Amino acid sequence: MTETLLVGKLGFGAVEASTASYVEALARLSLFADLSHPQLEALAHSFDEEVFAEGQRVVRQDVTGGGFYVILDGEAKVVIDGQERARLGRGDFFGEMSILTDEPPTADVIATSVVRCLIIPDNELKAFLLKQPSVMYRMLQIEARRLRAANVWNG
Amino acid sequence: MERLDERPFPPGEYDVVLVGSGPGGLQTAYSLARTGIPRCAVISRDAAPGGMFRRFPVYQRLISWTKPDAPFERGTREYEWYDHNSLVGDEPAHRALVPEFMDRSYDVPGRSEMEAALVEFASRGGVRVRYGCEWLSTRRDEKGFVLGTSDGEYRCRVCVFAIGVTEPWVAPIPGLEAAPHYVAAGPPERYRGKDVFIVGKRNSGFELAQGLLPWARRIVLGSPRPVDTAMLAFSPLSMRYLSPYTEHVRGGTGSYVVDAAIERVERHADGYRIHASGTTWEGPLELESHEVIAATGFRAPVRDLPSLGVAMVNDDRMPAQTPYWESVSVPGIYFAGNVTQASPGLRKHGATSSSGSVNGFRYNARVLAQHVAEKHFGLASERPPLDRDEIVPYLVRELAHAPELWTQKGYLARVVSVDGDGLRNQGIVPLAHFLDDEASEACAVAVEYDADGTIIPVVYVRQGGHLVEHSLPGHPLHTFQTDEHRQELAARLAPFLSLTPARR
Repeated sequence: MTETLLVGKLGFGAVEASTASYVEALARLSLFADLSHPQLEALAHSFDEEVFAEGQRVVRQDVTGGGFYVILDGEAKVVIDGQERARLGRGDFFGEMSILTDEPPTADVIATSVVRCLIIPDNELKAFLLKQPSVMYRMLQIEARRLRAANVWNG
Repeated sequence: MERLDERPFPPGEYDVVLVGSGPGGLQTAYSLARTGIPRCAVISRDAAPGGMFRRFPVYQRLISWTKPDAPFERGTREYEWYDHNSLVGDEPAHRALVPEFMDRSYDVPGRSEMEAALVEFASRGGVRVRYGCEWLSTRRDEKGFVLGTSDGEYRCRVCVFAIGVTEPWVAPIPGLEAAPHYVAAGPPERYRGKDVFIVGKRNSGFELAQGLLPWARRIVLGSPRPVDTAMLAFSPLSMRYLSPYTEHVRGGTGSYVVDAAIERVERHADGYRIHASGTTWEGPLELESHEVIAATGFRAPVRDLPSLGVAMVNDDRMPAQTPYWESVSVPGIYFAGNVTQASPGLRKHGATSSSGSVNGFRYNARVLAQHVAEKHFGLASERPPLDRDEIVPYLVRELAHAPELWTQKGYLARVVSVDGDGLRNQGIVPLAHFLDDEASEACAVAVEYDADGTIIPVVYVRQGGHLVEHSLPGHPLHTFQTDEHRQELAARLAPFLSLTPARR
């Protein structure tokens, strides 16, 4: 989560000021660090970016069919049954648990600033990860860190 | 229609200023005029109604259906589902105008037929526009916004931009600026006997390729993203534009579709040299071509809105919007028409709204007009009461036939709320807004795609702050008015309906 702390609170001015193209924004994220330029181009052309207003929901608890989201800019909070559980920032991703387990999301993710995301639809995530195993491996590393952090807290 | 010497809406102070006179502008103007907002001005730089349909598509045929004869009479609400091109009117005389102009030489309207229907809608619907008035600049003042135009300044609390997505956008590929864009491609005979490289594999790329098939000797379409054949087979493109792709797949006569990132384009005396590298395959690709055309799409001509703080999306091509099509970063600035595709909705299983075409954004415009009237001017639209015994047959009928739900699948929903001791019809509402409006005790129905792509009815019930989603069964003929649907909907709504006593 160090990236989150460094990013801090972003207003729309900060989002607007990032003049990097969509491809450049993707290239900056560690999740996609192993992709070649043509592969990044293909990623940018295959999957949409979307920008959410402060306060807008990105993912909804108990609503089916959500996607896999990677934050390119801005901040969001994770809320379960109305209680804030975590903060997310640039480079953080969410939605994969719901897709991998084929269950609706167990949390709301709500934008706390204007938030820009890459979105991979649920039904395309598997094919994408199988085509780009380096992204899958980096995802696994991050999931492992999350799991270890959760175990430490629970212990 | 207004004569030019009787131009309405001179510069000055208004409640709402709407920019644009394409289908999105005309529909919004028509709907705003019926909300009771006292002072709405509509301005357009064009000389007449029609927007992009005055110029595009370059090869003259639309890709969206209008069936002149359908199981429902023209002018009925149910008929709208069979006519994806007419704007929607509140009175019978304003409805179903596109089929009136179709000569049936093809299964879809031609460009000129569409344009004629839009002119007719403006005329019959009394849509007043100040033509020849170009929006040039935007700034804020203490009450709202000031739009600088070729005729002078307009002040308003709310502005709505229905400005299309028609400004040529050239991908940032070195050297590509030397090649003409789709809009400047010219007549197909110009490409006789030539090798043509088209950068882009979306609507305009395939439209060009199809148009050039009888003339060019070789056509290559190139872009990083592979063609999704499963999706394309069911897209509006499949109707007419897929011959180049078929030729490529079957190893046919001189058409190629290549997945490659185009790295640079070099102009030389005899044509162009294209440098690319594969995306779905590995390796470089270099080829010569007499002609290159950039079919890399369009952007919304937003002028100085980004400097006002309007956040953009999709490589700065379109303004990012909330479910009610308001700028995500500058409240009070709204969008209508084709550009509302930048508010894609929930994206359940990847499905996005139909807001990029007339059939979808005509309903957005109506919802937008009511939303602006209520939120900014306190003019609530009527929310008629519904009897408890009526609600199940009513919602089943909506699921079966409501054109708003059928075109804007997963985006627009019919909402009924509990209000005091009765039920109220809240009208057609963006589904995302309903889901996020935690305060209400309400239910909503929508038509959606499930994970397998089957069209299904879905009901959402919010009670005591808790939301429950239920998928109802699909039907091979999309008949959602069966006893099974009625019984299941009744069962799902039972706890919700128990909140309210039967009336009357």
